[in-house]
Amino acid sequence: MNGIHDMGGMQGLGSLEYEEDEPVFHARWEARAFAISLAAGALRKWNIDAGRHQIELIPAADYLRMSYYEKWMERLIRLLVKSGVVTPAEVESGKPDSTSTKSTPPLTADMVAPGTARGGSARRNVQVAPRFRAGQQVRARNVHPSGHTRLPRYARGKTGTIQRDHGVFVFPDTNAQFLGEAPQHVYSVRFEARDLWGEQASPRDSVFIDMWDNYLEPI
Amino acid sequence: MSNKHDHEHGHQALPSDPALRVKALESLLVEKGLVDPAALDALIDTYENKVGPRNGARVVAKAWIDPEYKQRLLTNASAALAELGYGGRQGEDMLVLENTPKVHNLVVCTLCSCYPWPVLGLPPVWYKSAPYRSRAVIDPRGVLREFGLDLAEDVEVRVWDSTAELRYLVLPERPVGSEGLNEDELSALVTRNAMIGVAKVALPKHSERA
Repeated sequence: MNGIHDMGGMQGLGSLEYEEDEPVFHARWEARAFAISLAAGALRKWNIDAGRHQIELIPAADYLRMSYYEKWMERLIRLLVKSGVVTPAEVESGKPDSTSTKSTPPLTADMVAPGTARGGSARRNVQVAPRFRAGQQVRARNVHPSGHTRLPRYARGKTGTIQRDHGVFVFPDTNAQFLGEAPQHVYSVRFEARDLWGEQASPRDSVFIDMWDNYLEPI
Repeated sequence: MSNKHDHEHGHQALPSDPALRVKALESLLVEKGLVDPAALDALIDTYENKVGPRNGARVVAKAWIDPEYKQRLLTNASAALAELGYGGRQGEDMLVLENTPKVHNLVVCTLCSCYPWPVLGLPPVWYKSAPYRSRAVIDPRGVLREFGLDLAEDVEVRVWDSTAELRYLVLPERPVGSEGLNEDELSALVTRNAMIGVAKVALPKHSERA
């Protein structure tokens, strides 16, 4: 979707603010919001792409006003309610409904270290033919899907060169909607800065964007 | 209508204070048996105390003193990082970008906040902020100047937008004059900002050698 989250190349979003010796979390609630989000992910009711899309669905004015972990909380509550894990009434009251049954948490403390070390790669070891090869000129498709996509607006319709093939990965556009992983090749595509931004950019500079097969068309 | 009045009559469905909101949600999820508070403590401890930019700094220092390791890092980063025990969540598929006197790499995630957690920890606020995300791709040289790095015109700037599940670590240039330093001393020089690409690694004044 053409949301505020897709902000590459926008101007007027304020000045950079830098904090020396920044703490990992600025308040205990941020740390708890972070940890609850990761622990709730272990319920396996959604995936990372669906989660990112929930943040994108926050209205633009709220998106810009809310802090990072406020957005995480908003995402988590939306996902929990949407997947039926909690009811809106429970969120409001902070107490389980009388009909709620007690579960067993899928993530325990002893599972945290091995889970952190293992992660969950989006790479898929399946044979899928690549549509492009390194060195080939391509164009990023001029499409404006209303759902989740990782094709940034600033690259759409622009011409670039396939720099390398990263291999086969889950396709976020379908995965976010629980329509399947549609595994396909992801490429590093080099766009000359001048092809993206015109003559104000340095002729030497470039932007490398990771793009799925479906985002590209041959020239 | 005063704030006090609002508060007492509770017109809002949710507590507006994020701390209260998080607390209420945590207690609900714990009571329903969906999350284990000890697991939450362990997750927080992991990212406050165990995983952070010192990991990345160790990788960089090793690459500076061991050319074969550097080669492995640049050709198969995930495997080379695993040699030092780094990998996993938000760094499953890694790439390392080498900065040289002629090529400067800079990493951003314009769409959200993608960042190589196993080697750099959780991202700082500025990296996740709208000004950085919006400007890094259109005005990288201006962003770098704000970080105190004024690159010459003949240096090529490459911006890497982390739009997929690949995660990027910048291998900064080893500072001139650091030849006599050992791996630990080198590692102590390497900053998080240098590994994102918004800074170079500098020698502290007192350790500069003639």
